[in-house]
Amino acid sequence: MMNSYGFRRFKNRFFFVLCMVCVIVAVVPLLSILFEVIARGASQINWKFLTENSLLGGIGPAIQGTLIIIGLTSVVGIPIGVLSGVYLAEFGQNKYASVLRTISDVLTEFPSIVVGITAFSVIIVGVTKTYSPLAGAFALSFILIPIVARTTEESLKLVPNSSREAALALGAHKWRSTISVVLPSARSGLVTGTLLAVSRIAGETAPLLFTILGNNYFFQGFNQPMDALPLRIFSNSRQPSPELQAQAWGAALILILIVLALNVGVRLASRGKLRG
Amino acid sequence: MRSIGLNAWFGQKQALKDINISIQANAVTAIIGPSGCGKSTFIRTLNRMHELTPGAKLSGQILLDGKNIYDSDTDPVMIRRRVGMVFQKPNPFPTMSIYDNVAAGLKLTGTKRGKNMDEVVRRSLERATLWEEVKDDLKKPGTSISGGQQQRLCIARAIALQPEVILMDEPCSALDPIATAKIEELVVQLKEEYTVVIVTHNMQQAARVSDFTAFMYLGQLIEFGDTTSVFENPRSELTEKYITGKFG
Amino acid sequence: MTKKLTGDNIFKVVAGIVAASALVILLVTAYVLVTGSTLVFGRFGLSFLTSSSWNPVEGREVFGLLPYILGTLVTSGIALLIGVPLSLGIAIFLVEMSPRRVRVPVSYLVELLAAVPSVIYGLWGIFVLRFWVLNNLEKPLNTYLGWIPAFSGTPFGLDTFTAGIILAIMIIPTVASVSREVLSAVPNSIREGAYSIGATKWEVIRHWVLSYGRSGIFGAIILGLGRAVGETMAVTMVIGNATGPNALPTTLFKPGQTLPSLIANGFIESPDALQKSAFVGAGLVLLAISIIINIAAYFLVTRLLKVKGGAVE
Repeated sequence: MMNSYGFRRFKNRFFFVLCMVCVIVAVVPLLSILFEVIARGASQINWKFLTENSLLGGIGPAIQGTLIIIGLTSVVGIPIGVLSGVYLAEFGQNKYASVLRTISDVLTEFPSIVVGITAFSVIIVGVTKTYSPLAGAFALSFILIPIVARTTEESLKLVPNSSREAALALGAHKWRSTISVVLPSARSGLVTGTLLAVSRIAGETAPLLFTILGNNYFFQGFNQPMDALPLRIFSNSRQPSPELQAQAWGAALILILIVLALNVGVRLASRGKLRG
Repeated sequence: MRSIGLNAWFGQKQALKDINISIQANAVTAIIGPSGCGKSTFIRTLNRMHELTPGAKLSGQILLDGKNIYDSDTDPVMIRRRVGMVFQKPNPFPTMSIYDNVAAGLKLTGTKRGKNMDEVVRRSLERATLWEEVKDDLKKPGTSISGGQQQRLCIARAIALQPEVILMDEPCSALDPIATAKIEELVVQLKEEYTVVIVTHNMQQAARVSDFTAFMYLGQLIEFGDTTSVFENPRSELTEKYITGKFG
Repeated sequence: MTKKLTGDNIFKVVAGIVAASALVILLVTAYVLVTGSTLVFGRFGLSFLTSSSWNPVEGREVFGLLPYILGTLVTSGIALLIGVPLSLGIAIFLVEMSPRRVRVPVSYLVELLAAVPSVIYGLWGIFVLRFWVLNNLEKPLNTYLGWIPAFSGTPFGLDTFTAGIILAIMIIPTVASVSREVLSAVPNSIREGAYSIGATKWEVIRHWVLSYGRSGIFGAIILGLGRAVGETMAVTMVIGNATGPNALPTTLFKPGQTLPSLIANGFIESPDALQKSAFVGAGLVLLAISIIINIAAYFLVTRLLKVKGGAVE
């Protein structure tokens, strides 16, 4: 292979251009998605669309449902996740903890449809006998808890040991020092991690397919199916009617706004604290 | 090699101030001075490695055989083939065998595997006084030998390209005294075929191996001359203070 | 020494029990999937994995996962084939090439790809990507290279090929960010050694940086594979929902099915216990594949980031 100098210079240039092309090729779909969602969804947005139920052409139940399901999941999932993270960070130098750590990492990569099956079998078949928001929250918490646990642990690990020692030296018990000193120090990391986890479950569809099923009406109780934005998008996308399809784009716009708001909020919050 | 009006910066901080120096061919020139005086920065401008640091800037000229190596039409890649470098901490390529380490530069320029390459590898290792020790282990990874041997491997790697100048940035500071002595011997031998510039924080080493010595302080060239005069009859008071150990 | 019932001890024990929630989640999931599959495995045994039939009609039920296992492998394969080179290019760009000012916005954009919910990828896939792929990729490939089995048939758009492409886009953030960490961890001394013998920047990257980081990059690829295998909604929406022997991926340009999309499409409607068990069985197989892949990736990535002297094989 003749490796003349000129050829080497050409290869150098060529591959750099290639890498830049890779970046562009990856960014184009993102821009296309954002563009299409805005272009096709914006025309749908009006007060009626946001507040009516779907028989009247609105996605009110879906928005309400998403908020309810996020709320339910967070109320249960965040405390469990944070406390797990606290355990792993503060007491977690043993074999038990490292096993839990590995399991948490594996759980964050679980196919979400499997989570739906589990929730269906445990809650719907076992407990409520009907589709229920509780089952949906149960399913989503399977995803939320491992993520929150790991990000909590990582944030707590960043708190320097000197803070813990200072609190203990003042005569505080470990549990007290953890709650009053360590957790507040790690607050921005905790908030970041939690918000990112919430924005992830806001967009999850598969766990909700078999648990809350979807509904045309607003929330009707804990033993009734419920709607949510991802479900509405999914079911409308499969309908032949162009009006329903357009509504799917409108719902997608709302969902993306929620997710992006959470993500951008996280960026702004963490900008002062962590390295870029 | 010659530097004319050389200034160098890292971002806003100026590391080299107006360095004018003439490096004699086929001789060993030592650069001494306290930590932070800019000797490493200077030597890295000689093979255009300085510009690899983000934010690094430079002005002035460095002439190699009369031509400025910083000319806009000169490619740094070509300069680095003519001006080789050995680093403070031996850095043989861990993913390659001893043979491949030496041959790395040759492969880049298209030399094919075969007797030619074997010859060059053997000669380079011989000149680096490493051949006898590794000739049966050429396939072993470059990092499987001792620190001193790794450094000689790096020297062989640089020699394989037939450079005109060999730069050495504190090549013995990570080595034990025995390995250091071997390398110092080697340096003195190398000047027959190459021009050597060696940065060292060890004055005795400079006195032992070099023909010329340059003393730098806070980015400036304070004194430069043949080694004997610099050490026995320093012109500058600062030089004298450093040499007699009053600071550094 | 007797253990006192101090506040600290209580705190530690309570926290420890709560932390076990991860273990509980894992065990409950495993239990549900295993017990739910016993019906279908009991009835069909290993042929459940190797058969292509899918007949839910009562009295003549036959269920086989082969087409969906293949569908999962094929879509993930396409995703890797397209997504990995793109991701490596991005990682190299970010670590070795880009000036600092460009690095932050570009890496942010790439991360944003990961924030978009899967169902929105699917929506975009159905109404936008599908037609672009159909007209700009499938039709030409079919016209000029249609003699290759993979490109034969009548291009439709909602098929295995499009699903593979959407998966490729979705795994880019994962593979690119892990590769980026791996490349950043390559010691600078290696790059300096390579520059000093007169290598061009690209040669430094290709012959030294990439080879030092190879096991970590391999781990990143496996992680991407894990993500592609488990991805549900986007795939379900663009793959065309075929079942039975029709779902066998004999060509890329016809509707297909993966394990996740099969479950998403059929689980709710399934009326009888045996059929439900078939879907649960699919879930079990999917989970098993996913766990194996992710454990492999985990070991590969941590092995590189721990090794100091460099990997030598």
